[in-house]
Amino acid sequence: MKKEFNMERKLYTLCILVDDVPGVLSQVARLFSRKGYNIESIVSGATDRPGITRISIEILADELMLDQVAAQCRKLLPVKAVKILDGESCIRRETALIKVGVSDRNSRDEVIQLVNIFHAKVIDVAKDALTIWVFGSPSKNTALIEMLEDFGILEIAKTGTIAIERGRSTIYDNNKLREEYEYGKHVL
Amino acid sequence: MKIRATQAIMECLLEQEVDTIFGYPGGTILNLYNEMYDYQDKIKHVLTAHEQGAAHAADGYARSTGKVGVCFATSGPGATNLTTGIATAYLDSSPVVFITCNVSESLLGKDAFQEVDSTGIAMPITKATFLVRDAQQIPDVMRQAFAVAGNGRPGPVMIDFLKNVTAADQMIDYEFIPWQKNRECDSIRTLNPTNRMEEPVIHQQDIDILLDMIAEAKKPMLICGGGVIRGKAHKEFRTFAERMDAPVAITVMGGGGFPGDHPLTTGMIGMHGSRASNVAVDECDLLIAIGCRFSDRVALDPATFAKQAKIVQVDIDRAEIDKNVLTDHHIVGHAKRVLAAINEKLPQYDHSQWKSYILPMRAPSVAAPSEKLTPQQVMEVIRTTAPRDTIVATDVGQHQMWSIKYLHFDYPGQLLTSGGFGTMGFGLGAAIGAQMGNPDKRVVHVTGDGCFRMNCHELCTVQHYGLPTITVVFNNGTLGMVRQWQTLIYQQRYSATTLDRGPDFVKLAEAYGLKGYRATTREEMQDAFQQALDCGCGAVIDCVLDIDEMVRPMVAADSPITKFLLE
Repeated sequence: MKKEFNMERKLYTLCILVDDVPGVLSQVARLFSRKGYNIESIVSGATDRPGITRISIEILADELMLDQVAAQCRKLLPVKAVKILDGESCIRRETALIKVGVSDRNSRDEVIQLVNIFHAKVIDVAKDALTIWVFGSPSKNTALIEMLEDFGILEIAKTGTIAIERGRSTIYDNNKLREEYEYGKHVL
Repeated sequence: MKIRATQAIMECLLEQEVDTIFGYPGGTILNLYNEMYDYQDKIKHVLTAHEQGAAHAADGYARSTGKVGVCFATSGPGATNLTTGIATAYLDSSPVVFITCNVSESLLGKDAFQEVDSTGIAMPITKATFLVRDAQQIPDVMRQAFAVAGNGRPGPVMIDFLKNVTAADQMIDYEFIPWQKNRECDSIRTLNPTNRMEEPVIHQQDIDILLDMIAEAKKPMLICGGGVIRGKAHKEFRTFAERMDAPVAITVMGGGGFPGDHPLTTGMIGMHGSRASNVAVDECDLLIAIGCRFSDRVALDPATFAKQAKIVQVDIDRAEIDKNVLTDHHIVGHAKRVLAAINEKLPQYDHSQWKSYILPMRAPSVAAPSEKLTPQQVMEVIRTTAPRDTIVATDVGQHQMWSIKYLHFDYPGQLLTSGGFGTMGFGLGAAIGAQMGNPDKRVVHVTGDGCFRMNCHELCTVQHYGLPTITVVFNNGTLGMVRQWQTLIYQQRYSATTLDRGPDFVKLAEAYGLKGYRATTREEMQDAFQQALDCGCGAVIDCVLDIDEMVRPMVAADSPITKFLLE
């Protein structure tokens, strides 16, 4: 049976485990630019295993597009595993630092109230500004940012989205697909 | 044992049993060339006229011998001149280790003289790149590079040494470990995805599914792709095809994977595929492609390609499955092993009815008589006069298609052609590499006048090393393949394709100290080729052909495979 693809464009998160070698991030990112795909966000960080880095890339794509770029990614030598996650199957989180200008006491109080509602935190206070740290789902963070816009946002530093699968299964699990990619890379 | 870093590099080459290096020296790689001076009796260095020629030569050496090719170049322009050669090797999965040197650590990133981000440039056209900033890493990196280049799906690898790493005072710990044993080293083990140094197992279930599909098929068709060549699976493929009793189309990269004159061969497939191949693909009910990625020159229009068939793809690279054409079943693995596993359980089939429909569509193989020299006549002279195991290196264009159509190839590495990247100027370099690697065989370089101009300076390499390589120039005074498109698709508007200019290729050959001949009729071609075979040195034969010769048949890009633009 030929594979069928959902051609509706939606937001996917690609979780990529790579060997922590020089140039690996650019090697991975390059694949997306080669295909002309826009990366919505990218995060790279250490894992529980030494020498292994996890790169999370958010991309707006249809399934066919995603499949192709994941395949090219999987075949790279330093890439150990790729997991494609979509909204339903995973938990997504991002974090942001937001600097808001507060001209008077009233607006400061209002901002602090908002921050509490969103379970965010004020982490720096100045006479004329507050810096807020928020952690949560992308939609929650966006909602807070929208609310804060009324007060005048001075600066935002935002991470990309990280994601992890729900339930017991992990990115380390072996499967046939992963084995199949090893043929092209094997060294004897 | 402590030895110099450069000495370790040379010793690591000896570990891999490298006996020939193609290259070109320069400022940053001087330390390495200085070391090589002491290794002259063990490793032969071939100095080409241009780094691109060296890259193609190392590639041709690798393709024709099955060993890993090695190419040296300096930083900056040396490295960038390699890039076309690296990309050529990458697209055709040819194992070559490119070694360049870069400026010293203190100058790195400062736009120093002849500095360029070599590994950055090479990244998208290699399997792996290594930037060596610490001399202690040399043995690990060298061993890894060779292991990566030659295994799995083969391909080019680049190592860039900083100049200070190769300095004379850099001493490192080194122990000579032959390549079979250095596979046990930790550095190689960590490269292996499973950390086990054993070949991944093929799923028997996948094989069984295929055997069932084969049993059900009434009109099966096979494609012999480049994977059969790189996997040296030609014997297994032949057994497979004969048991299947199915027509076999051979892709450009598959030339040599299945005998060109075998009764089951339908010839090339795709844009210049034979009617037999293209109709068979269109009408078959089962298509099994071995080591073929269905490029846009084979599956011109993926949506209509083999539309009545169940498609099965066998490839070592999982990323090729479902990339260009969606498949019904796939087996990932080394062509040789997969075919052997299939053959174990494959009964003898008889598809006489299907064969008797497809095979008569093959074109007649004898050239029509003609006053003027025709491309087919040139090919016939080569085919009938040169020894049967002659290695043929081609450039790109009409002569390439004619070579594949009219010459027959029997074994992997007999046909050297730039199928994926389509590099004009590949042929002469590749021929030099092949001749270096196969001193006992004849090497014929088939080229066009356009392609030959691009790298004909390598004739000096042919002369200097006393190579008996014969260059056959299909001189039609035009960029033939481009003109063919202009004739058929662009209303005969011959924009910038007419090559009404020098040089005189006979005089050019003589200027380089080689023999030059000109042929305008079949008889002259026969004489010239015989003389070239006997002359004991390199030769160039300038074959004067009509400007309007075309490669037939032809299907336009993006068209259904049986919609012939030209019969």
